[in-house]
Amino acid sequence: MSKGIVISPDKCTGCRICELTCTFYKHDNFNPKDAAISVLEFYDVGLQVPMTCLQCDEPHCATVCPVGALEKDETTGVVNYDREKCIGCKMCVSACPFGNMTYSPRLKQVIKCDECGGDPQCVKLCPSSALEYKELDSNLERRKNFASYFKEVFGEVTK
Amino acid sequence: MYGWTGKIIRVNLTDKKITLEDLNMEDAKMYLGGRGLGSKILYDEIDPKIDPLSPENKLIFMTGPLTGTYATCAGRFNVVAKAPLTGTIGAANAGGHFGPELKFAGYDGIIFEGKADKPVYLHIYDDLIELKSAEHLWGKDVFETTDLLLEENEDDARVACIGPGGEKQVLFATVMSDKDRAAGRSGLGAVMGSKNLKAVVVKGTKSIGVADKSKFIAATMDARSKIDVNGVTGKGGGLPTYGTQVLVNILNEVHGLPTRNWRESYFEDADKISGEYLAEHFLIRNKACFACPIGCGRVIEIRDGKYKGIVAGPEYEAGWSYGACCGVGDMDAIDKANHVCNLLGIDPITMGATIACAMELYEEGYITKEDLGGRELKFGDGEAIIYWTEMTGNREGFGDIMALGSYRMAEKYGREDLSMTVKKQEMPAYDGRVLQGMGLSYATSNRGGCHVRGYLTSPEILGIPVKLDPMDIEGKPELLKTFQDLTAVVDSSDICLFSTFALGLPEISEMLRTATGMEVSDEEVLRIGERIWNLERLFNIEAGFTRKDDTLPERLLKEPVKSGPAKGKVTELEVMLDKYYEVRGWTEEGIPTEEKLEELSLDKESLATV
Repeated sequence: MSKGIVISPDKCTGCRICELTCTFYKHDNFNPKDAAISVLEFYDVGLQVPMTCLQCDEPHCATVCPVGALEKDETTGVVNYDREKCIGCKMCVSACPFGNMTYSPRLKQVIKCDECGGDPQCVKLCPSSALEYKELDSNLERRKNFASYFKEVFGEVTK
Repeated sequence: MYGWTGKIIRVNLTDKKITLEDLNMEDAKMYLGGRGLGSKILYDEIDPKIDPLSPENKLIFMTGPLTGTYATCAGRFNVVAKAPLTGTIGAANAGGHFGPELKFAGYDGIIFEGKADKPVYLHIYDDLIELKSAEHLWGKDVFETTDLLLEENEDDARVACIGPGGEKQVLFATVMSDKDRAAGRSGLGAVMGSKNLKAVVVKGTKSIGVADKSKFIAATMDARSKIDVNGVTGKGGGLPTYGTQVLVNILNEVHGLPTRNWRESYFEDADKISGEYLAEHFLIRNKACFACPIGCGRVIEIRDGKYKGIVAGPEYEAGWSYGACCGVGDMDAIDKANHVCNLLGIDPITMGATIACAMELYEEGYITKEDLGGRELKFGDGEAIIYWTEMTGNREGFGDIMALGSYRMAEKYGREDLSMTVKKQEMPAYDGRVLQGMGLSYATSNRGGCHVRGYLTSPEILGIPVKLDPMDIEGKPELLKTFQDLTAVVDSSDICLFSTFALGLPEISEMLRTATGMEVSDEEVLRIGERIWNLERLFNIEAGFTRKDDTLPERLLKEPVKSGPAKGKVTELEVMLDKYYEVRGWTEEGIPTEEKLEELSLDKESLATV
């Protein structure tokens, strides 16, 4: 069993409460630029996409880290960041294929989601349920949606 | 420093001088920020008698102490200047993300003074503040301007700008931010245009702190939990589900939806311009402003024609002005006309209502087909609302006259009585004969015909905080005073008025206290609102406004409602007005007494000149 933050961009309203909650919870003040989650807007199609660390099973960030400051916890699934070990080389920032690792020159540290130790605050305050924290192997709802899509397409073809 | 950043940028456009000033903390504690603090600065620095479009006017962008935090719905900023449409003090606020970004850059506000010799824009990136040429942007619409500015500056910056409407000084031009969020009323975009200021671009990477973290969390979570369960603002509530247009059918049901330039108050096609209809046929998804859990914004799709694309849907008052007020039951046309307003940077409330007035003047034979370049202009014409919005925003043909608003247009034909305005600004979507309290609210609003200075629709229709009979006048002046004072607090903290469907003075005061560290009681916070209201009143009195301006169009005072539960009613204004002045502590002429000014720590000297 492993839980994770599941993002549904179609539900996101772009309020940025996730960004604000993240920095306030982690750094005691409000600064979206230091948040471990950020929302990107695509105005022309009316879509907002929240982006945060996906806690990869093969984390490139951890692979390139020369001092072992990033480590995958096999129990929780979270890739943990150890600020004490970090030398601020920013190799992890370059290595993340999604751009989800950032470096804050203000805090002199890497900004990375740790799912708040199993109680992600951004998820708690997300007003539109665009962020959910749930079992990753039980994504039946989305599977059903896709299945029904196949049903329609194939139904059309076999008519 | 908590809540506020403590810094204000002053830009003299005439000599291109940029200076940084410390926020006057005494003023900040007495006026908070946003509308209140902006008005205080304006009142101190300009002569209220000046021409609003002259270089002597100042244009102030001001955020509040809660802007940029996650206090519920605290993402707004105010634009303040003497307003060209009304000649009163003007303050208009917008949501989106511009206000918070300005705070993240480290500033509470910007004061623009003078006039640039050529088009310029202000670029802010934290400590970097520079004026740049906007000659290549002049003439471009709001969307193109925004895209170009993001391309030539930081692509994650925020832009507030004017469109052709502001450049050409349409008297009801808006200041637009994030493309579709408008500081909409009274023509502050025209002031920006008169200064040759095309835009403000800002990116900020600094932090905003609060005085007491755990108490601020508790205050915000308390507010949040109330918003989440409220029937208007909460999950599945009216605003998230249908947007502000949820009001169309509700107002029409009580025959309080002004129709065909307020000749009637019931629109037979209301269901076709309602929030329900919009949700069913055009809505893609909801969109929220910064830090807002409600998300009343509508992302809609225009499916054909030259405006094809995914854009922002109209608010209730815009849907009304183009819809019921023009007799147009065509949502597609309304969506397009509203989008043209966003592109050109003009206020859809005044625009739609001005077209409605022109429709009546045309019907009555005052405006002719020749005046209109060979076109007809009849109630119900969906094409016309789009066409005349384009013509007005660009000041072409008869649009050049419409650009003055309905009062000045009707005045040319000697029929000011057909302009449904207070202090030359068009009243929105709530019939003041049916909603008596709203009638008084329009008459006494410090920026002319306006619904958001004292939204008595809340008790009169929605039953918040208590349900009152809309047709009753008993207790309305007293209640209006409280609503106006509280709204001034809301606009000066720069949180969204919609949060007050769920929140009251205690919740807002607690967020203010815990964010700023101010030691003030709820009562004292409300007193701040009263101080702001009286300061605005002083500005208007010094600008030449008197009791005779606190009035309504003849139609509301003399022509009874034709149908519905309020049939036969007119607005009982004079009785309510006498009482209102009394509860305000003003003279019979509507002038604050010396005692009242003293009580509010306002300068008595100012009245000596009146």
